[in-house]
Amino acid sequence: MNGAPRIAPAGARQLDANIPSGPIPEKWDRCRFDSKLVNPANRRKFTVIIVGTGLAGGAAAATLGEAGYNVLSFCIQDSPRRAHSIAAQGGINAAKNYRNDGDSITRLFYDTVKGGDYRAREANVHRLAEVSVGIIDQSVAQGVPFAREYGGLLDNRSFGGAQVSRTFYARGQTGQQLLLGAYQAMMRQVGAGTVKLFPRYEMLDLVVVDGRARGIIARNLVTGAIERFQADAVLLATGGYGNAYFLSTNAVNSNATAIWRAYKRGALFANPCFTQIHPTCIPVSGEHQSKLTLMSESLRNDGRVWVPKRGGDTRPATQIPEDERDYYLERRYPAFGNLVPRDVASRAAKAVCDEGRGVGETGLSVYLDFAESIGRLGEDVIRERYGNLFQMYEKITDENPYKTPMRIYPAIHYTMGGLWVDYNLMSTVPGLFVLGEANFSDHGANRLGASALMQGLADGYFVAPATLPHYLAGASLPRISTDHDAFREAETAVRSKIDRLLAVKGRRTPRDIHRTLGRLLWDNVGMGRTEERLKLALAGIPGLREEFWATVSVPGSGAEMSQVLEYAGRVADYLELGELIALDALERRESCGGHFREEYQTPDNEALRDDESFTHVAAWEYAGDGALPVRNVEPLAFEYVKPSQRSYK
Amino acid sequence: MNLTLRVWRQGGSFGDGRMVPYEARDVSPDMSFLELLDVVNEQLIAGGEPPVVFDSDCREGICGMCSLVVNGVPHGPDRGSTVCQLHMRKFKDGDTITVEPWRAAAFPVQRDLVVDRGAFDRLIASGGYVSVNTGSAPDGNAILVAKDLAEAAMDAAACIGCGACVAACKNASASLFVGAKVSQLALLPQGHPERASRVTSMVQTMDALGFGNCSNEAECEAVCPKEISIANIGRMRREYLRALVIGPGR
Repeated sequence: MNGAPRIAPAGARQLDANIPSGPIPEKWDRCRFDSKLVNPANRRKFTVIIVGTGLAGGAAAATLGEAGYNVLSFCIQDSPRRAHSIAAQGGINAAKNYRNDGDSITRLFYDTVKGGDYRAREANVHRLAEVSVGIIDQSVAQGVPFAREYGGLLDNRSFGGAQVSRTFYARGQTGQQLLLGAYQAMMRQVGAGTVKLFPRYEMLDLVVVDGRARGIIARNLVTGAIERFQADAVLLATGGYGNAYFLSTNAVNSNATAIWRAYKRGALFANPCFTQIHPTCIPVSGEHQSKLTLMSESLRNDGRVWVPKRGGDTRPATQIPEDERDYYLERRYPAFGNLVPRDVASRAAKAVCDEGRGVGETGLSVYLDFAESIGRLGEDVIRERYGNLFQMYEKITDENPYKTPMRIYPAIHYTMGGLWVDYNLMSTVPGLFVLGEANFSDHGANRLGASALMQGLADGYFVAPATLPHYLAGASLPRISTDHDAFREAETAVRSKIDRLLAVKGRRTPRDIHRTLGRLLWDNVGMGRTEERLKLALAGIPGLREEFWATVSVPGSGAEMSQVLEYAGRVADYLELGELIALDALERRESCGGHFREEYQTPDNEALRDDESFTHVAAWEYAGDGALPVRNVEPLAFEYVKPSQRSYK
Repeated sequence: MNLTLRVWRQGGSFGDGRMVPYEARDVSPDMSFLELLDVVNEQLIAGGEPPVVFDSDCREGICGMCSLVVNGVPHGPDRGSTVCQLHMRKFKDGDTITVEPWRAAAFPVQRDLVVDRGAFDRLIASGGYVSVNTGSAPDGNAILVAKDLAEAAMDAAACIGCGACVAACKNASASLFVGAKVSQLALLPQGHPERASRVTSMVQTMDALGFGNCSNEAECEAVCPKEISIANIGRMRREYLRALVIGPGR
């Protein structure tokens, strides 16, 4: 494999991450000091489009609205409060060190760089750790009902990949409460007139004028009308692309269309193969399944993961004696035990299932057992900590986890890859900023638990509101109207794509084809990847794409509310994006974090990085339909956290 | 199992609607109710027919998007559950199931089973927040909140904004939704400076948006997927009275 010819053309493009100079703890301060500012009286003259209303988009809309900008906020749901951030369960990290257990900004920075398997940009991660403390303060002030101790102080819990307790939480609904905090702040600005809401609107293209992002084309999902919106900058906060795999823990409407269409307008797509497979999801039960449900990582604080020692052991869990169980995480990783990071826990689950020791009807699950904790702490304590999760589990599986162990299996959960951004969160299209999960910047090859909420809110409350003014104040942004040729051309492209979808009039449903794509990706670009299987995926996807365009059925006219049309457009994009994920996975000939190439592993089956060849970001550049995209490289430098074999033993 | 569905179909906000029967064969008891609708839709789409339009997103009971009246009950027969978490094992072979949208003047139907709940956003915009600009917050631990108060605030804050309370109420009142938000922010010290103005504005906005009044029948609580207590409506009224006495500007 080594020395084999490259499949994708290597780009010559110089990617400047615009990292401020100076020692890492001073970079963010220096960036803010060096930024140009926009006079408060001039801010209302700038229009900013924000697509997506999750933690990143909602927080950015609220903050930019408060600052006085004219904000247009778009979401595909009926209300901004539905964004998928709402489903995050376990918590949010912050380097408060309220527990006096040795935490600090430096330690959160270190844990996150290490957790990301040395594939994140150090300067971004340090800034994330710095602003984490302000996020907690902001959310508390908004009235987010975080868990408290008896003395009235904020409570913390532990999460994977850390040996300190730095995770703040609101029962198992932390994402919901943080999102409602951001949403309420944003609705306050709606009331004040600085933010205008466009619910049930889907962005279908980015409009680039004279090389700058100047607007979007969006479809009104109620009437079907295609509308043009112009602005001085566009912020995408549209989340990840995990739904390319069909079954994931994402909401069913979460999609990659906004970032994918921006990619086709010149924004580079970074590290698409860095996908996170979450170890604790409720296993698949049948063909009808529309999504997978996560069981929060926080459960691993009190649950012990095991499988029978012997393969083919079909006894019920409670009848398998203690000495015939293999608590494989505790055995393999004594220092971190059940709280190893997600990539490590997922691979370990796959390994025991591959050995034939998996449990349940399909053999594709492992036990997460609370019997020991219930015995030690009592059922009431467990109920108080995880009651809503246990209830959710019982609803879905019809099994009582207080009596019998949960069954869990890994599933696609989060995507570390996303649109490439510089330190200022600006993509390679000037004026196009990308926030939250939609960008690639902070988590490297693996995200630690409770860090997605932190990053979304960091980007939305603190980073973009500080870096956007610098762009607005420095760029030449002549007034344009939506009659500009660039708008007309983009609208025509959107309309013709919709017309094409409607014209096929085949017999296969978008879901059916999406399911086929998902299986192809899960089997070949999932937890364990090999050159052979990646090539299988790359050989299979183009045919499936042709089949889609020849056989898809999209009933109706498009001039009305049509969920099947929305879905078909998203599937068309997954059929292109899936290929890029596989291509990136093929080109990255090493294992790191969530990207595990079976050819590259240590003797004890841990991920084996190739720092010499791959200490870089792969940033893919669209080169036209049918042409291979160009692989550009942003080298990564690790000055503060020296890369080592990541060990949780 | 085999089931008959009677589903409300309506072309748009102004069209006439009607119940349309659909047969569902070989339904797995492990399916969720929405996955059953997915299967029905798959058959319709494959046959070139427009599928039944319905809202859903997270499908794990937290986003509040799903909104179906099943056999006359918002979110269906399972207590404390959204319809996305209702599983077919709760039904019997041969059952006929009716499926309708939320029905309330403030929630107009947009198509089939989809309604416009923008009125809830307008209620929050009228005062359901704490006025704190980004960057101006004190240290998180500078604001002490007693554990029981934090828990009570969390009980109220668990509302997912689905609107089942409105759909179940014969007056289509939004009192439980407003009461939950008023309670959360009245219980917490962070919400105190705007306590009176918040409740005054939200209650007046609720009336202006076409929601009815509360007549204490507690149907909202019975269907609430998060089992939010009507004690929150009581607190909203006390807060409103308090605001009348001390003045809404306080």
